[in-house]
Amino acid sequence: MIETRGLRKSFMSRQGREKKTVDAVRGVDLTVDEGEIFGFLGPNGAGKTTTLRMLATLIEPDGGEATIAGADLRKDPGEVRRRIGYVAQGGSTWDDSTAREELVLQARLYGISKSVATERAARVLEGFQLSEYADRKCKTYSGGQRRRVDIALGIIHEPKVVFLDEPTTGLDPQSRAHMWDEVRRLRADGMTVFITTHYLDEADALCDRISIMDNGEIVASGTPAELKREISGDVVRVGVSSPARAAEALGSADFINKLETHEDSVRLYVDEGGTAIPLILRALDNASVPLGSIELHRPSLDDVFLTKTGRSLRES
Amino acid sequence: MKLVRDTSLIFQRQMQLLLRNPVWILVGVFQPVMYLLLFAPLLKPALGVRTNAEAYEIFVPGLLVLLAIFGGLFQGFGLIAELRAGVIERSRVTPVSRFALLLGRSLRDTVSLLAQAVIITLLALVFDLRVFIGNLLLAYLMLALISLMTSAVSYGVALAVKSEDALAPLMNTVAQPVLLLSGILLPLTFAPGWLQAVADWNPFSWAVNGVRALFLGDLGAPEVWQGLLIMAVLAALALTWAARLFARSVR
Ligand SMILES: Nc1ncnc2c1ncn2[C@@H]1O[C@H](COP(=O)(O)OP(=O)(O)OP(=O)(O)O)[C@@H](O)[C@H]1O
Ligand SMILES: [Mg+2]
Repeated sequence: MIETRGLRKSFMSRQGREKKTVDAVRGVDLTVDEGEIFGFLGPNGAGKTTTLRMLATLIEPDGGEATIAGADLRKDPGEVRRRIGYVAQGGSTWDDSTAREELVLQARLYGISKSVATERAARVLEGFQLSEYADRKCKTYSGGQRRRVDIALGIIHEPKVVFLDEPTTGLDPQSRAHMWDEVRRLRADGMTVFITTHYLDEADALCDRISIMDNGEIVASGTPAELKREISGDVVRVGVSSPARAAEALGSADFINKLETHEDSVRLYVDEGGTAIPLILRALDNASVPLGSIELHRPSLDDVFLTKTGRSLRES
Repeated sequence: MKLVRDTSLIFQRQMQLLLRNPVWILVGVFQPVMYLLLFAPLLKPALGVRTNAEAYEIFVPGLLVLLAIFGGLFQGFGLIAELRAGVIERSRVTPVSRFALLLGRSLRDTVSLLAQAVIITLLALVFDLRVFIGNLLLAYLMLALISLMTSAVSYGVALAVKSEDALAPLMNTVAQPVLLLSGILLPLTFAPGWLQAVADWNPFSWAVNGVRALFLGDLGAPEVWQGLLIMAVLAALALTWAARLFARSVR
């Protein structure tokens, strides 16, 4: 649904008298499949917004090419515009308009007739649970309500692909969970969703596939599970009173990549904790080693980020 | 056709928002009325004319042109607020005509200026100003062209500088010499030769002379068609330039 090759963008920024070039995006290749929620995870300044703005035809890339929903970004930006929706990081509603007015206007800017636009606005307002506030001025909305209006504006014309730039930043946990549901609903309606975030748990829970971006480059891509597995597999910590006996019982098992013996436990590095645990239990049982506790530690996306960049995303 | 449709969409929205804010309309009318009531009476002796009507024939055209220039030049502030709110970016991801994004806004400014102009003219009628309706409509056309041009310039500069802090001094710097060198408030009849020569290079000076001729009932005066032509060309240039900025990237 989206395919980019070597997308690049630099900005000239002036600091006092000195001119500096910021390479915001330096050669991004990515593929997004139809009907998936694709996540762009990265710290502040990674180049997420710049990439999205290029894909949404708002700024021209310095180099590279992209096809979005079958239209060529460089050759036919007009067609790209017709097929996509874009929700900016900073919001897009006008204080003195109402959500309904904004939605009807937005639909009409896409060439939709007044009657259809009115009908669609009503339906979308319903879908996003905004009907109650639809005729109040946007400045009276809460942050979460306003963000929902932004998203509604981005999909009112039923695009094939929608870009959501940090849709959940600044929302409380409950509104975030609601937003996740909205995003999943978009996917269920057949839309391809391209979302940026700097929340690890969000990328993990919401996205089908992600790319991790840092400093203008993609450092890793895959499903969240794949990425984490690629890093270090899972760690199973087995609490036992005699670690030596446990180590002996498990030592020859070939599904264990590495085994560490600690004071009252053994740590087992395995590819897939879920399938390893029954095997571990059986091996210990066969050797009659009494088991105290068992814990599965899965590496987080932060571990992935740490491995790829040498920094933790939480710190940056 | 798409251009017409898109322009009318933008225009309607802008009008709707404008009318929602009645305070603005009140201010827009109050100020010129103050000029009319408090400043114009000083003119009768100053201009050496015998009647109020004569003074108004000279003063009202100047006041109207002044409003058209200033009203237009400061429209950019609204656009910067829209940029900041993300409204412009939201429009730019749609296939809407970029020219319509500009023209719809400039037309709103022109309509609101013409509404002001009508109110002022009506008031001036009370003070014995008399002007032939056909001439008045031509004068309004001139005002509309001025307003289209100045608002387009203001929008263009707003898109280029993207901040109120830069826009305000820029617009003031433009407006001041334009105002002083055009004979807008007082005709340059008594100005020294060099000042008149400089004013000849000021397009607004031609515009105001044209409007004055129309108010004096002198439809055939060359100033009329010259002023209209100059303003039409400049308005077209300004609109083209600003529309291109709308099409280009905006952050
Ligand atoms: N118009 C611009 N002029 C100059 N520099 C810019 C411009 N836009 C972005 N940059 C720079 O490009 C880099 C990438 O910015 P971008 O907004 O794409 O990051 P981001 O990943 O979206 O970050 P965040 O999570 O904070 O939104 C930053 O260093 C930023 O300062
Ligand atoms: Mg961003």
